[in-house]
Amino acid sequence: MSDLEVRARLATRADRLGQPRRLGVAESVAGMLALLLLVSALAPQLLAPGDPLGIDPLSAFEPPNLAHGFGTDESGRDIYTRVVHGTQSSLLIGAAATAIGLGLGIVLGTLAGMLGRVVDFTVNRFLEVLFAFPGLLLALLFIVIFGPGVATATIAVGLSTAPGYARIIRAQLISVRSTAFVEAATVLGRTRWQILRRHILPNTLAPLFVLATLGIGQAIVWAATLSYLGLGAEPPTAEWGAMLSAGRTYITSAWWMSFFPGLFIVLTAVTATVLGRGIDRRMRHL
Amino acid sequence: MAESVVRRRAALRVLGRLAGRLGGALFVLWAVASITFFAVRLIPGDPAQAVLGGPGSQASPEALAAVTAEYGFDQPVIVQYFAQLGRLATGDLGRSYALNMDVGPLVLSQLGGTLVLAVLSLALAWLLALALATWSTRGGLVAARVATSLEIVAAALPHFWLATSLIVVLSIWLGLLPPISTGGVAGLVLPVLTLAIPLAGFLGQIMRESLLTALESPFVLSARARGESERGALWIHALRHASLPAISLSGWAFGSLISGAVVVETIFARPGLGRTLLGAVTLRDVPVVIGVVMIVAVAYILMTLLTDAASRLVDPRLRLS
Amino acid sequence: MSTGAPKNSPTAALIVRNLRVGFGAVDPVVRGVSFEIARGECLAIVGESGSGKSVTARSLLGLAGANARVSADRLELDGQNVLGLTDRAWRARRGKTVGLVLQDALVSLDPLRPIGREIADSLRLHTTLGAAARARRVLELLDAVGLPDPARQVQKLSGQLSGGERQRALIAAAIALDPPLLIADEPTTALDVTVQAQILALLEQITLAGTAVLLISHDLAVVSHVAHRVAVMHDGLLVETGSTAQVLGSPAHVQTRRMVAAIPADKPRGTRLSLNLRAADAPPRIATTDSTVACDSTVVLEASGLSKSFRRPDGSRFLAVDDVSFVLHRGSTLGIVGESGSGKTTTARLLLALLQPDQGEVRVFGEPWSAASEKTRRGLRVGVGAIYQDSLGSFDPRWSVAEILRDALGHRQQRRAPQTTARLRSLLDEVGLAATVLPRRPLELSGGQRQRIGIARALAARPEILICDEPVSSLDVSVQAQVLDLLDDVQRDRGLSLIFISHDLGVVQHVSDQIAVMRAGRIMESGPAARVFTAPQHPYSVQLLAAVPRLSI
Repeated sequence: MSDLEVRARLATRADRLGQPRRLGVAESVAGMLALLLLVSALAPQLLAPGDPLGIDPLSAFEPPNLAHGFGTDESGRDIYTRVVHGTQSSLLIGAAATAIGLGLGIVLGTLAGMLGRVVDFTVNRFLEVLFAFPGLLLALLFIVIFGPGVATATIAVGLSTAPGYARIIRAQLISVRSTAFVEAATVLGRTRWQILRRHILPNTLAPLFVLATLGIGQAIVWAATLSYLGLGAEPPTAEWGAMLSAGRTYITSAWWMSFFPGLFIVLTAVTATVLGRGIDRRMRHL
Repeated sequence: MAESVVRRRAALRVLGRLAGRLGGALFVLWAVASITFFAVRLIPGDPAQAVLGGPGSQASPEALAAVTAEYGFDQPVIVQYFAQLGRLATGDLGRSYALNMDVGPLVLSQLGGTLVLAVLSLALAWLLALALATWSTRGGLVAARVATSLEIVAAALPHFWLATSLIVVLSIWLGLLPPISTGGVAGLVLPVLTLAIPLAGFLGQIMRESLLTALESPFVLSARARGESERGALWIHALRHASLPAISLSGWAFGSLISGAVVVETIFARPGLGRTLLGAVTLRDVPVVIGVVMIVAVAYILMTLLTDAASRLVDPRLRLS
Repeated sequence: MSTGAPKNSPTAALIVRNLRVGFGAVDPVVRGVSFEIARGECLAIVGESGSGKSVTARSLLGLAGANARVSADRLELDGQNVLGLTDRAWRARRGKTVGLVLQDALVSLDPLRPIGREIADSLRLHTTLGAAARARRVLELLDAVGLPDPARQVQKLSGQLSGGERQRALIAAAIALDPPLLIADEPTTALDVTVQAQILALLEQITLAGTAVLLISHDLAVVSHVAHRVAVMHDGLLVETGSTAQVLGSPAHVQTRRMVAAIPADKPRGTRLSLNLRAADAPPRIATTDSTVACDSTVVLEASGLSKSFRRPDGSRFLAVDDVSFVLHRGSTLGIVGESGSGKTTTARLLLALLQPDQGEVRVFGEPWSAASEKTRRGLRVGVGAIYQDSLGSFDPRWSVAEILRDALGHRQQRRAPQTTARLRSLLDEVGLAATVLPRRPLELSGGQRQRIGIARALAARPEILICDEPVSSLDVSVQAQVLDLLDDVQRDRGLSLIFISHDLGVVQHVSDQIAVMRAGRIMESGPAARVFTAPQHPYSVQLLAAVPRLSI
């Protein structure tokens, strides 16, 4: 099991857990949040016209007030502005890491699922070994080799999520391949290529949207964790994890420096989960 | 007589399975060792330099020569590889240059703290998840929605933010608990809470789903039709079924706890593998990183075997096949 | 078998007057049901899925569910009012004054506990017996329900027992305290016919011992053997109640007539099973002497010496299909019948060349089929269609009905072409569906509609042979009747040759010209349907035929 597999497994059973079939309040709110996050990432100036790096030593360490809704940091930078502007790098890192993980996962999973027993066995053993580096350990190993930084942290997170994607894709391929409708297509005289193109690929790839949505939430949290640990983006960059890392020093006096960036990470992760489940349900009940 | 033959066969099967498991575990360990060995060779530049903290470390030529000699960096890679495997097989994990001590004893001394943290967190997460699941199955749709929301949010909480928030609220504002680990029981509360709450979010969802399935299953209906009480239906039948997926998830949970320990031990200044690992990563103390990764791999494999055994204990069907 | 209700029944074990059960805001599922059962009597409530029969049964135990609204003018169990009981009071009665037996004991007994424990639970909950006394009583009970070697079986999990043994254990748990009333909800539905007969005999024995038995079933033929009285349930109401002979012999209500007509056993080939109520005056298609339509002696499909073995989990191999041979003549139907594990589904997969035989060969239209490469076979596949039991699973969940049929017609590209639309229309027309189903996905259709789409898909490529694997097994009897009639029509109209695989002898008897009886991978007996059914020669066929539920009135 990996984080991703656990998340995916839970998503496909969300109906049972009391989530309504129709578009629920949670999903609508999550949809709006996702929209806001996208706006902050693409056009942060619309929501926060200030300069995220603008220093104002006179107003350092101001608690949340009317002028600075989320307060200010040690150099008097407005936390709200920084959080909004930080969306871009956090989402970008999350998306890039997911793309890397998903890409590797698709390659490994397809190899294992399509190329016969020997390849399947080999890839499976390989994945099993990777699972012995749980959570962020694979990422840490990667960073110790290639050094810290935003780029390595992104790749590291992508790498450590890849085995999860690979296993899910492999399982999905294998289960679709042995479905009754694939057999029915064989009986209708369809060629292997036609069956692959019309049935197997669409039914394997469609769940990947859900996976990717769930995965972005996880990747953002992990990337922020690495930044927080000082291995990814570094302060004064307006990246959520790095902001939290900077706030760590002042935790006894200026809680808002840590609280608001973290809140946005949580909101993003929750949004990703709720949206992922919503998409999954919609796809299965179409 | 036939009985003894059957028993002997069963014993042989068990032995065979154990041997298979042991072989699998050894394979994973060998692969982990190989991956780390070749990964270290990927570090650009002089490997001796890398071992001593990377290009910027300005190690003295004497130190470089000593490392080159110890690791045999002047020998062919394949020789180095087998020498490394040989050392690992005898339990020699190399020497930390940053801390100037042997990695083996270092890692072992840190193992206990992390294990205590992980085991306590796992236990608390189980308790929280169980409580939430049993409560929500009785409360109808509203309770189900509340539980779902709690679980989704809990599962989305990053350890570092949860830890920070707990410190701010419980230590700084309310002054209830020490903000850093003091070694006593009070110092364990916040780290354990930090690790347990997100995990409880995951475990709770899985437990609740399987609990609902079990409670709606025909065998629980049959039990109720025999006059079984709600409590009996829950404790005798449903919870046992509900615990199965959660048990099989505990291997994964343990792994993610170890990963979370990196953050939690750092924030709460608690000695343990996680903090050692982060320190080593920051200083590029390669032997320590490899040592920690290897010991975590061993712990993870053991935990997988343990959850497997626990599943067999709860589910007699697994013992039959 | 039905001897009428026992005359002197001083106390009714169950009296129900105007029972109504509803869930949420929607209309009640049970809309005013009244009946009673005397001790030593067996009443069967028969209805199709959604008729409200199971909800009725559960209400009698106070188990209709937390959100159910149950009301009645009178509800008495063993002479005592049970309306509005607290849950605690209900619990004291469940298992003691009323027992429940559900369908499929594999899931109705806790799969993680030994059956002995499950049976002892009733005793633990209602008596003060000690553990040793309970264990003794469990053994007696298992003996009473005819489970061989009880001492060994008590330790086993339900998954280690056969279907029949499990069902016996479940019955033992329900009658542990000798309750005056036993409710059996589809107690034999998942069982093979021979086992079903045994379980029915056991229920009859329990009735004779003085217990009132309420049998819930979808199958009139099954209940006709054991029930003294039958009540037909439809849409939340008991539309007809009376002695078994009366209800089944001269059904008064339309729904009863429909269900009686739908029973395929002993109805000659070509007889309509579904009542066409709107055109009741139209002359029914009566079986003619040449009921086998345009049957000639041309062999369209031939299986010779087919064998196929599989590996068990422990490494040993077992023969799923063992030296099976038969021929299919043009325009005729070959019925393959067998109980679970007889190898009939493997045979179907061999015939469809989804599996390769280890030995033997299938030839289609005289050409090599199993021996040919998939590439060569693909050219012939047009001639061989298939209909599956799980029609829903056989459709790509992403496709609409229109896409499914266009694909089957080979018109994927010509979405809007007039001839594609025309072909779709005529196909739907042929299987009795309106064009309104085209944009929908199979998931949104009823079971009967899905199977009609399955037939339409199979017919799209104009095959000459149709291989039907349990095509009606998961359908309600009246829908089953319609689908069987439809298959009969298309066979007649198109001169198709059919292989019809089923566990249901009644169905096979109705549709087949030739019959092969399979058991453990081998064909026990084969021959013309009429001969096999009237004068079976192999002992297994005799046994199997004796167990077929027929209307016995």
